Amino acid sequence: MRDYDIVIIGGGPAGLAAAVSAKQNGVDSILILERDNELGGILNQCIHNGFGLHTFKEELTGPEYADRFIQQVNQLQIEYKLNTMVTDIDSSKKVTAMNRDEGMFEIQAKAVILAMGCRERARGALNIPGYRPAGIFSAGTAQRLVNMEGYMPGREVVILGSGDIGLIMARRMTLEGAKVKVVAELMPYSGGLKRNIVQCLDDYGIPLKLSHTVIDIKGKERVEGVTLAEVDEKGSPIAGTEEFYPCDTLLLSVGLIPENELSRGMGVEMNPVTSGPKVNESLETNMDGVFACGNVLHVHDLVDYVSEEAAAAGRNAAAYVSACGAGNEEGQEIALKPVSGVRYTVPSTIHPAHMSDELTVRFRVDGVYRNCYVSAYFDDERVIYRKRQIVAPGEMEEVKLTKEQLLRYPDLKTITFMIEEA
Amino acid sequence: MYDVIIIGAGVSGAATARELSRYRASICVLEKEEDVCCGTSKANSAIVHAGYDAAIGSLKAKLNVRGNEMMGRLSEELDFPFERRGSLVLCLSEDDMPNLQELYDRGVANGVKDMRILSRDEVLRMEPNITDDVYAALYAPTAGIVCPFGLNIALAENAYVNGVEFKFDTEVKEIKKLDESYELDTSQGKFRAKYVVNAAGVYADRFHNMVSAEKIHITARRGDYCLMDKEAGTHVGRTIFALPGKLGKGVLVTPTIHGNLLVGPTAVDVEDKEAINTTAEGLALLLAKAGMNVKNIPTRLVITSFAGLRAHENGDDFIIGEVKDAKGFIDCAGIESPGIASSPAIGEMIAELLRDKMDLIEKEDFVSTRQGIKDPSTLSMEERNALIKENPAYGNIICRCEMVTEGEIIDAIKRPLGAKSLDGVKRRTRAGMGRCQSGFCAPRTMEILARECGMSMFDITKAGGKSQIVVGTNKDTI
Repeated sequence: MRDYDIVIIGGGPAGLAAAVSAKQNGVDSILILERDNELGGILNQCIHNGFGLHTFKEELTGPEYADRFIQQVNQLQIEYKLNTMVTDIDSSKKVTAMNRDEGMFEIQAKAVILAMGCRERARGALNIPGYRPAGIFSAGTAQRLVNMEGYMPGREVVILGSGDIGLIMARRMTLEGAKVKVVAELMPYSGGLKRNIVQCLDDYGIPLKLSHTVIDIKGKERVEGVTLAEVDEKGSPIAGTEEFYPCDTLLLSVGLIPENELSRGMGVEMNPVTSGPKVNESLETNMDGVFACGNVLHVHDLVDYVSEEAAAAGRNAAAYVSACGAGNEEGQEIALKPVSGVRYTVPSTIHPAHMSDELTVRFRVDGVYRNCYVSAYFDDERVIYRKRQIVAPGEMEEVKLTKEQLLRYPDLKTITFMIEEA
Repeated sequence: MYDVIIIGAGVSGAATARELSRYRASICVLEKEEDVCCGTSKANSAIVHAGYDAAIGSLKAKLNVRGNEMMGRLSEELDFPFERRGSLVLCLSEDDMPNLQELYDRGVANGVKDMRILSRDEVLRMEPNITDDVYAALYAPTAGIVCPFGLNIALAENAYVNGVEFKFDTEVKEIKKLDESYELDTSQGKFRAKYVVNAAGVYADRFHNMVSAEKIHITARRGDYCLMDKEAGTHVGRTIFALPGKLGKGVLVTPTIHGNLLVGPTAVDVEDKEAINTTAEGLALLLAKAGMNVKNIPTRLVITSFAGLRAHENGDDFIIGEVKDAKGFIDCAGIESPGIASSPAIGEMIAELLRDKMDLIEKEDFVSTRQGIKDPSTLSMEERNALIKENPAYGNIICRCEMVTEGEIIDAIKRPLGAKSLDGVKRRTRAGMGRCQSGFCAPRTMEILARECGMSMFDITKAGGKSQIVVGTNKDTI
């Protein structure tokens, strides 16, 4: 058995930023475990630009953004293992992993940072009826085939779901010579960033059909076409609105699910809304010394925020290791409560005694709201409110709290976050 | 000229091939698809029924009970997953109790062992997620669950090792009766055999009717299923059936042998014998019906849905035996539920029939056992490390969801009657069968297939035929 102070599960953007931050905060014994054959995670297949505007004040491609962090990991001489699959983490933070060269082995960690990212929802999750031929891909799988391996998954494409990967792939497939006929979105609004709708669909004349879904897939061997229909407020197809699109490919961009099988296995408590762990101000789960960050915690819109959040997780894990589990005096605990319009908050509890000077609370809204306030009530007092022209589910929202502010409310029990009409 | 040609490499054809391979005879299986287990055998409930359903004295009853008895030993000999979990038939109202009693009595008459009628409390103690409306249930501990692919593939591999030939992508078009033999005209040329076994699933009526004046008719009866994530796999521990009652025939809810939860099937007669498309109505109906028997089914955890076709014959029983006006032509037709459960007995019955007709002599070198693909997750850490040291591919996880290693995938490709497509690999190893439904592993499995089979990436298919996955390279049309 080998010992490390911090073991980081996943070498994508979250794992890399967490590792760099932990090292900069004084921990030397760090190991990143990555299942793929290189560091960088999903960024490696995101060859479009637009990454890093917040972090580096410039537009980078995904691999370039990842490389900034990989260089720091190398400069700081942080250890990592590639092609290594973590198969189990137990409640005492013993990590079991496996690779070709070392076989199966165990590592004892003082602290664990969960940074496994997320996976794409598959067709089954939507129960799309029809045949099951070749030619149905999740958008990310198609992205890997095209961007990393140079293979075209098809020539005539329909995309279901206007999440960011679907939008990005509409443009990519077009640039590589395919005809993207339409992007259909079940909801009355897009799940992706506004800028992606403009740059990936509008600029190429690709129609976006809101409140539409796929109700049938034709083709026994390879996709021959799909039928779209408009849906009502409940998401049920409206008879008479069916429209058949001949195509050989259906790409699905219908949501991302944090990959928390390892977390559940070790006993981490989950938030059913995010499908990620419940965490406190330190991004620590219900299990001592087990932290989470990035898309395994909640699905982010921009990688910059993943990096920021992961740096906090790394810093907090370093503090945990340095304190050797001492100083667990928690004191006042404030619950964060999402209501009317706000789906969840990360974190879900705050111990003011443990928080840094400023804390970013992140969340998503459940619909499109115009001319509204994003508000936070400290118990019954409306303390924070910011006027917004528009908020939408595709973009993460944040509210910053300061330690100084919270210390002024020693009896505070609950902070309630909500969207209010202006 | 072969001694015997078997049409169809589904579970009936494979079981027949395996049992016949005990004898000295030249045997060939013709299959229109690219692999074994591609029709009814791959898309069903995978239940080894106890045997109380079928009418007393029917072939279904006899072969179900016998097949169920044989399954335990067969699963050990041929190394495929099978567990006797037991089944419950729920009775939701006192009024329906006579029907439950009738089912029990029928089971006794059919020779089903150890059945009991349980009270509401006993049922709920056994399965807490069963509806509170349950009144009583018929418990049959001998019922089981099996890997339908594992069973079919194991039978075929063992038959192959014992000398049976398999010809894939070989669709039988015409059958001509000659003096002492049959000539089969196929998509791959003509074949001749003294005896023909017609195990063609939903197409068995077509072949029967080519050689006989006494026509049979098989209806393709489609059933939709939903498969749920392993997170839902322990929602029930046994197969839960509904007693056909006032609200019609219900759907079953069962754990699968691999730890998922399966709900289905619907029953819709279809004209097209290839119509394995699910429908919105079907999927909605079955989730609603399942909820009448089992509480809180986590429908948000559905990872895939699929449909299968049962080969329903008008006479409502299996048709197994030599066709009266076609000497040497053996039907194995109308094999719907309980077909999987009966398959070992079906194979045995047809092999014995042909043995007697043809005076077949047993081989001395028949190999009765077969080793499945090694599942490293069943090994201790020491054993696993020894395996990885010997073959590092067993240390390389390809399918994250089901934790399938490269070693297992290579074995699936290289073994007798190995996988040639993504679905072939999936049925043998479960790679791509998990919660992400091959999103992550498909490109990597394609690379392994291309490398091991010496194929181009453009020739890799999902399931043979024209089901290619990638169609060209970037910008090749610009």
